[in-house]
Amino acid sequence: MPSSMALLILRRNLHGRTSSLLQARLFSRSPEAAAAAGAPKRRTSEPKPIEKILVANRGEIACRIFRTARRLGIPTVAVYSDADAGALHVRSADEAVRIGPAPARLSYLSGASIIDAALRAGAQAIHPGYGFLSESAEFAQLCEDNGLTFIGPPASAIRDMGDKSASKKIMGSAGVPLVPGYHGDEQDIDFMRSEAEKIGYPILIKPTHGGGGKGMRIVQSTNEFVDSFLGAQREAAASFGVDKILLEKYITRPRHIEVQIFGDKYGNVLYLNERDCSVQRRHQKIIEEAPAPNVTSDFRTHLGQAAVSAAKAVNYHNAGTVEFIVDTASGQFYFMEMNTRLQVEHPVTEMIVGQDLVEWQIRVANGEPLPIDQSEVPLLGHAFEARIYAENVPKGFLPATGVLHHYRPVPGTSSVRVDTGVEEGDTVSMHYDPMIAKLVVWGESRSAALVKLKDSLSKFQVAGLPTNINFLRKLANHWAFEDGDVETHFIEHFKDDLFDDSCHENEAYKEAIYSAALVAACICNKENSNFREGGNGLNSIWYANPPFRVNHCAKRVFEFKWDNDYDSTGSKPLVLSLTYQADGQYDIEVEGEGTSLGFHVKVTYLGNHDFRVEVDGVSVQVSLATYEKDLDKHIHIWHGSKHHHFRQKLGQPLFDDDDSQHKPSFEMASHPQGTVVAPMAGLVVKVLAKDGMRVEEGQPILVLEAMKMEHVVKAPSAGHVHGLAVTAGQQVPDSSVLFSIKE
Amino acid sequence: MLRAFARRAVSASSGRAPAPPRRRGRRGLSSGVLPDGVDRGSGEYARNAGAMADLVSQLQSHVQKVIGGGGAEAVRRNKSRNKLLPRERIDRLIDPGSSFLELSQLAGHELYEDPLPSAGIVTGIGPVYGQLCMFVANDPTVKGGTYFPITVKKHLRAQEIAAQCKLPCVYLVDSGGAFLPKQADVFPDKENFGRIFYNQAVMSSKGIPQIALVLGSCTAGGAYIPAMADESVMVKGNGTIFLAGPPLVKAATGEEVSAEDLGGAAVHCKTSGVSDYFAQDELHGLALGRNIIKNLHTAGKQGTLARLQNVNSEFKEPLYDVKELRSIAPTDHKQAFDIRSVIARIVDGSEFDEFKKLYGTTLVTGFARIFGQPVGIIGNNGILFNESALKGAHFIELCCQRNIPLIFLQNITGFMVGSRSEANGIAKSGAKMVMAVSCAKVPKVTIIVGGSFGAGNYAMCGRAYSPDFMFLWPNARISVMGGTQAAGVLSQIERANKKRQGVQWTKEDEESFKAKVVEAYEREGNSYYSTARLWDDGIIDPADTRKVIGLSISASLNRDPEDTKYGVFRM
Repeated sequence: MPSSMALLILRRNLHGRTSSLLQARLFSRSPEAAAAAGAPKRRTSEPKPIEKILVANRGEIACRIFRTARRLGIPTVAVYSDADAGALHVRSADEAVRIGPAPARLSYLSGASIIDAALRAGAQAIHPGYGFLSESAEFAQLCEDNGLTFIGPPASAIRDMGDKSASKKIMGSAGVPLVPGYHGDEQDIDFMRSEAEKIGYPILIKPTHGGGGKGMRIVQSTNEFVDSFLGAQREAAASFGVDKILLEKYITRPRHIEVQIFGDKYGNVLYLNERDCSVQRRHQKIIEEAPAPNVTSDFRTHLGQAAVSAAKAVNYHNAGTVEFIVDTASGQFYFMEMNTRLQVEHPVTEMIVGQDLVEWQIRVANGEPLPIDQSEVPLLGHAFEARIYAENVPKGFLPATGVLHHYRPVPGTSSVRVDTGVEEGDTVSMHYDPMIAKLVVWGESRSAALVKLKDSLSKFQVAGLPTNINFLRKLANHWAFEDGDVETHFIEHFKDDLFDDSCHENEAYKEAIYSAALVAACICNKENSNFREGGNGLNSIWYANPPFRVNHCAKRVFEFKWDNDYDSTGSKPLVLSLTYQADGQYDIEVEGEGTSLGFHVKVTYLGNHDFRVEVDGVSVQVSLATYEKDLDKHIHIWHGSKHHHFRQKLGQPLFDDDDSQHKPSFEMASHPQGTVVAPMAGLVVKVLAKDGMRVEEGQPILVLEAMKMEHVVKAPSAGHVHGLAVTAGQQVPDSSVLFSIKE
Repeated sequence: MLRAFARRAVSASSGRAPAPPRRRGRRGLSSGVLPDGVDRGSGEYARNAGAMADLVSQLQSHVQKVIGGGGAEAVRRNKSRNKLLPRERIDRLIDPGSSFLELSQLAGHELYEDPLPSAGIVTGIGPVYGQLCMFVANDPTVKGGTYFPITVKKHLRAQEIAAQCKLPCVYLVDSGGAFLPKQADVFPDKENFGRIFYNQAVMSSKGIPQIALVLGSCTAGGAYIPAMADESVMVKGNGTIFLAGPPLVKAATGEEVSAEDLGGAAVHCKTSGVSDYFAQDELHGLALGRNIIKNLHTAGKQGTLARLQNVNSEFKEPLYDVKELRSIAPTDHKQAFDIRSVIARIVDGSEFDEFKKLYGTTLVTGFARIFGQPVGIIGNNGILFNESALKGAHFIELCCQRNIPLIFLQNITGFMVGSRSEANGIAKSGAKMVMAVSCAKVPKVTIIVGGSFGAGNYAMCGRAYSPDFMFLWPNARISVMGGTQAAGVLSQIERANKKRQGVQWTKEDEESFKAKVVEAYEREGNSYYSTARLWDDGIIDPADTRKVIGLSISASLNRDPEDTKYGVFRM
């Protein structure tokens, strides 16, 4: 069987459908055979294989681990916080145990609660996923102490690698190349500054503990040092509880390349090729690929061997990743850190080696030897992973929260994989990581994979909260990315291309108008289809298509606001006039800025948000999602590679009577402008402002109680509070002057 | 009292059987299915189609004009105040993408010196959350939304339909009140301005919701529309209600006050309690209006519609193209046509089960369904004879007994005249049919597809017989008799007068006398003359007949069925 075909079959298995013969064969090397290959024999006293797994995590990774477990016939246990009671990962597991309230520190980071959950559910093993407790040596130890198998590296390895300064020492002595820097215990600020001078600016300041870019600072010159150092210390203390800092040479055009390694309990360690994770924003990865583009196989081998040496230096087993920083100028690579867990981006490796790493983790934890040796590790094709986040790209990639009113990832195939932990209707909360899904694609070559990535991104439908999908599409379409010319400052370097749309303004506007026309036609068609489903014959004529008008055609005006993420001038208004034609089609005219466009549109509703739309003889597939939020109806449309977002004002403001605070002037005649009188006789229970204080319009000033009800008296306008003399406990008569607001 | 006038245009014999039914193939159409009845190849078909096409395009261009409201400048000013046109307001009130049955679009057409598009008020029926409502919307771009006599008549007609069909009324108020120069024809009489509020009170007392949306000014008498309403909404800034506006107040009391402070939304929603809902802007006001309808809970008072077991939700479209209705009415009014070819293009599956097919053949009666709803259809196929009138009365009784709505397709020159006819008691037979029509309590819809002359208009449920809805085809003609006949009658009387006075009346004088009468009848019998004066509920494109009947019947089924009681039938 050609290996590429075998790979396809394997890849399909990653989706958790069926176990194939081939997969079985790869793992058919019995322990005896492995022993013959040099591994020690399995002891009879070893615990029996894992028969139930608890996943101490949430979201996509929990779901992903359950999938493999299910395929292996291992029952699963989920844990959840109160915020996740109805989450997909909870529903995907055979059993679920509540472990605490929403804050992670009280639930997913509470090792004791998780151990307790595992014992209650009768699980023999805990898979920690990534993040949370995955790199906690204490937790790994706690598992062992309670007779539970921690599916991951030994606690000692976690400990060794967890302290970045310590890990570098170990690596240095194991001969793994290191970035010049200072990793010592002496943390005195003046001493640190002198160390920085020795290394040479620019330098990087970072906490010895933690990760994810928290507390990291780049210092360009000596006079910036103190501020940055103190800032990093504070942030480290707040985030990780340890304020120890290390210094490193800062490489100006670095690439982030990491090696997936895997070890078994018999000292075998191999590398499963590398991943390039250079494209980052806010020091966090967003697009990863495997293998790294534009590297030679010699480089790959060197890098792999360095990674294996690093792992062996700490007696590593199970999955791990050794991160290197590659200086694009010199081609030199340096050890950065080792992540002692399964990483977010592990699927790209799975795609190019055709293996299920979670299965490997479980088997290794069971004491099985690695199923293949280094020479058998394939490298076929190319894979990308794009991380889809709920985030506000124009506002500096700030995490976003909200409801997934519409969520339709691209359908999975043998070469497109979506790992997700959410479903339509779920909420992305502020409690946890705002990642929605990982989109993973595979192709015979990098360019083939990139074509799929672009296509899949344009078909990935999310509406309800801001996402980075459009941004990912821009990245994927950028010429430098297409060339594989990546480095960690890629986004910063090309920010003009990635954030600014002004050069295509006119074109973008025309595309928006076209989309708006499709939206209008689809909305009309959908309404009509909805009506057709209910009602008797006679009633149905009130909802016929086209809607009846006496001696003229029914018309409809749509006023949309077009939200363009990359246009700082804000949303643009689009006014469309739709005329229902006798044949059920629509004539749409758009009056835009200096353009007037007309479309003749025919729509067929296919059900479930999908439409087939024919415009002037060209027919396209269209998906539409609508939801209401903040007084607006939001409409998203996807067609071809286009996605647009429009808003339509709702007729009904939710603030129903804000203006009822406005009193006609003759009523106020006896008092000067801005005077606030008691709306009723009552008792002052709370005074929330001080006299002379600056307040905003609508800000609560005091609380009155009368007839057992509390009434909040608010500032009628912005300004300063004057004459506020009442105090809590004071009785005020009806219409007595309480205070006034002056500019 | 039945004085039947008839045009002797068609001979008695051809009147009896204008178009013998075609023989059907044995295995052809199933029982009750009407034949096509139209010969598409004939020159007549093409001529008819051409003439009707002209009439329809003329109608559409008239309608396009009135939809524009009171002219570009007034519309621009209206828009600058963030106000919509009345039809746009209604479009936002009714369920999105739903139908609207507008009434009397061309009322006021060439009625006064200045044009008064749609009589300055838009009325009609549409669904809100599935509940059919009657909308009455002032057009502020037409003479400031003031009430001319025809405006009042149109407003009252809408209320009459609402009362008859038990439809909640939604008044979109934006009017300067009565048009003062014509106050004598607007204010004092029974069917004048005051009747609007009387109707509101009476309908409210019968549980027919009365809702007012104050979207503009609402001065003097107009102030009573929201005040008399069950619930009312006011729009901040635009909506004002006061008995006297700021100028009058200043004149009367010297008080200087702005319109907003005198009768704006805040005053009336907060202080006076004249209005109930405060709207931030017009769109909000319209949304509040929709909400009020949503909360009516009329489900507890559902009419026939909910109880009708006999309505098929599945229905077949007619077998023949409804557009061919534009080719049936002959250009020459003297030409007869088979009403069955019209029925075949109106009813479900073109299925029509004829009642008494072989008796009184100048009146076609029978049962059919329209959009699944059973209906009884009465259509003219010539002059009404004794037998036809008796057959008509019988059929109306049947439908009333079974609570089946009636549809009258009028193309009638009148009852048969002449000594034989009188001796046979044609007046007695006609009276029976008129009695039946008058007392019938089932929904009635009248469509005039051709002529409507003399007592035929009465027996066939003309305006005076309170059909729930009445529409005209553009070719329709309504008058007491044909122009030629009238000229003949009047010239005989005139000649007798002249003879008495000893004045010579030349042939030329007589011809010019006759021509004048014919010309006057021609003008006054025209469908636009009728619709301008609200003698009907509108002119429709023949191709829309099926839909308009369906919508009308649907609207008239909102009420509870009523038993019909007749007066004394002269036997």
